[in-house]
Parts: sequence; C-alpha cells; structure tokens
Amino acid sequence: MPSLKDLRNRIASVKATQKITKAMQMVAAAKLRRAQEAAEAARPYAERMGTVLANVTSTVSGTDAPPLMAGTGKDDTHLLVVATAERGLCGGFNSQIAKLAREHARELIANGKQVKILTVGKKGFDILRRDFSDLIIDRVELREVKQIGFANADAIAKKVIGLFDEGQFDVCTLFYSEFKSVISQVPTAQQIIPAAVSEAEEEAEDVAGGAAYDYEPEAAAILADLIPRNIAVQVFRALLENAAGEMGAKMTAMDNATRNAGEMIDKLSITYNRQRQAQITKELIEIISGAEAL
Amino acid sequence: MAQAFKFELVSPERLLVSEEVDHVVIPGTEGEMTVMANHAPIMTNIKPGVITVAREGKEDRYVVFGGFADILPEGCTLLAESAVHVDDIDREDLARRIQEAREDLEDAKDDEARTKAEEFLDQLTTLEGAILPA
Repeated sequence: MPSLKDLRNRIASVKATQKITKAMQMVAAAKLRRAQEAAEAARPYAERMGTVLANVTSTVSGTDAPPLMAGTGKDDTHLLVVATAERGLCGGFNSQIAKLAREHARELIANGKQVKILTVGKKGFDILRRDFSDLIIDRVELREVKQIGFANADAIAKKVIGLFDEGQFDVCTLFYSEFKSVISQVPTAQQIIPAAVSEAEEEAEDVAGGAAYDYEPEAAAILADLIPRNIAVQVFRALLENAAGEMGAKMTAMDNATRNAGEMIDKLSITYNRQRQAQITKELIEIISGAEAL
Repeated sequence: MAQAFKFELVSPERLLVSEEVDHVVIPGTEGEMTVMANHAPIMTNIKPGVITVAREGKEDRYVVFGGFADILPEGCTLLAESAVHVDDIDREDLARRIQEAREDLEDAKDDEARTKAEEFLDQLTTLEGAILPA
C-alpha cells in the first residue's frame, strides 16, 4: 500500500502529464487547421494538372510517350517511396504507413523482384531500418521544414526521376496516408512511375469537348515537361495529406491521453481519500480506546 | 474595350488569380504571346518570365518560374511552377535560383543537359534584368 505522500506525488505528476498532453492536443488542432488549408489551396493546381495531362496524353500515341509514362517495359526493380511524419506521439499513424510499405516490400521480394526504398521523414526510416536496412538507398528528412512547400516535393521528385533516368528502378510506388477526416487516415500506395493517367483521361474527354488543340512546342515535348511536374505535384499532395493526417492522428492520440490521465487522476484521488479517511478513523479508534482503558 | 475572359493563375501552393480580364501576356517558350478572349485552343510551355494581366485599364504583373498554359476560347489557365506578384518578389530568392542554375550548368554531364541548363540560366538572368529596375 503506497503511503499518502506517495499518492500525492503520483497525482501531481499525472496532472503535469495531463497538462502537457492537453497542450499538445491544442497545438495539433491549430496545426491541423493550417495543414488542411494548405492541402485545400493545393487542390486546384492538382486538378487542373490532371485535366491538362489527360488532354495531352490523349493526343500523344503510345510509341511517342516518354519513358516516365510508358515505363521501361520491365517490372524487375521496384522503388518504394515511403512518406511518414518526422515526429512520433501520433498514435498508429507512422506505423500504419510503414506496415503497408513492409507488406508490399515482402510481397515483391517473395515474387523475386528487387526492392529499393527511399524514405521521407525520420519515423519511416526508423521503423523500416529494422527490417530492410540494406534496401534503403536514400532518405529525405524534412525536420527543418516548418511549412511544406512545393520546392520540397520538387526536390524529392527530382531525386526519384534522376534515379529513374539512371535506370535504377522500373516501377515507383509512393506510400503515404490519405487524409479522410480528423479521426481517419488511410495508408495508401500509389504508383507514380510509370504514370497511371487512365482515370483522368476519361474525364478529360468531356472537358475538352473534342477541342482541337494547338501545341507549342509539339505535344510530345509538352508531355515530356509535364510528366516530371506531375510527379512533383503528386509527391506534394502526398506530403500535404501526410501533414494533415499526422496532426489529425496526433490530436486524437493526445485527446485519448488527456482522457486517460483524467481517469487515472480520479482513481488515484479516490484511493488517496479512502486512505486518508482510514487513517483518521484509525487515529480516532486509538484515542477512544485509549480513553476507555483509563 | 476588349471582351473580358476568365483567367486563372495557379501555383502548386495556391490559386493566385481567378477573375475576368481583358488580356494576358504570357512568356511562352516559343515566344511571348498575348491572349485575348476567343483565342484558339492552344497549350504551351512557359519559360521563367513576367506575365502581365490587364483588366479595365489596370495592369498587374506576376513573376513565374516556368509552367504551362492551357488556353481555350472561353478562358485561360496558367499552371505556374511558382508564381509571385511582382511587388512581392524576393530578390534573394531569385539570386539563389540563378546561383543554382549556374551550379546545374557546371554539373551538366552531356551536351543536351548543358544546353538545357544554359537556356534556363539565360532565361533567369533575362528575368532578373527585366524586374530589377522596376
């Protein structure tokens, strides 16, 4: 049985923890709003990029398509770009993304493919290092970055495209967490090289309405310029979704932690009060029985 | 008075302009072009430069660093890699980009890459010349 003093200390320390988790929750809520705004601001560009890309691809025939879109024709080496958060304390957010990437990697290896991993964010590197330390070819850390800008995404995309041009891989898949809502983030795998544009293509035919476009320079040249940019846009979107998801997950995790701390404080206070009462009763009995003995 | 049409300037980070304008001057890779209402559908790459947006006798200038224009008779969408209003341009940022372009030029391995880097550097320095005295 802990003494009254121990209990008091314990309650004080849980209270202090609760204050911290509460503060972290509020910070996460504020950051979440900012991250959501950033994600929303980026949406028009991505949407228009999709339609433009679909317009161009519908005019460029299969043989003219640049390798970034058509692929290398092989399927031997896979590059997994795993984007996670920089910090922990956000529930299962990072481990879910890492788990999806790990399963994917295991499956590829089982099928005799070669796997290379590029991690974005410290946590993903920490988790995947345990299983695939020799497969991780590079990592990008965004710890110093306060607000993710397009330049960050562009740098990652350039790195990936550089590796592709060197013939380091055939297929590139991007792992990130899709932001559904504050309480729900869904780990997602998205193939970015060769680019999958079939979905957007159908939509675009309605949008363009069969307008005969002029291209300046010719369509193939535009496409060659457009595809790397589109990859950067997709990486950017993934980073923004991740940023929002991380804050959402952190908010939920910290809310739970605050509530748990509250419950713990209640329990400890009851124990503390009972014990204090027991001690008072004990002292009273001692006094009374002492008086009766006289 | 020219007929107004819908113009949108979008950068990956946000939507900068979305309004009815009289005409827009776009620095295309094949030369500068002025877009007005009912322009034939055209798609063009954009080099780093200044775009001028004119509406009701007022002119606004924006600096873009490469991108893409999608022009339709009913409107024009400009997807810029990065775009800022000419008043907000960060000189240091521009200087940094030029510095990076110079480094790229030095690192260029083959002729094709070198030509490309040279071209880009040239565009940037022209751009610097165009906006610095402003």
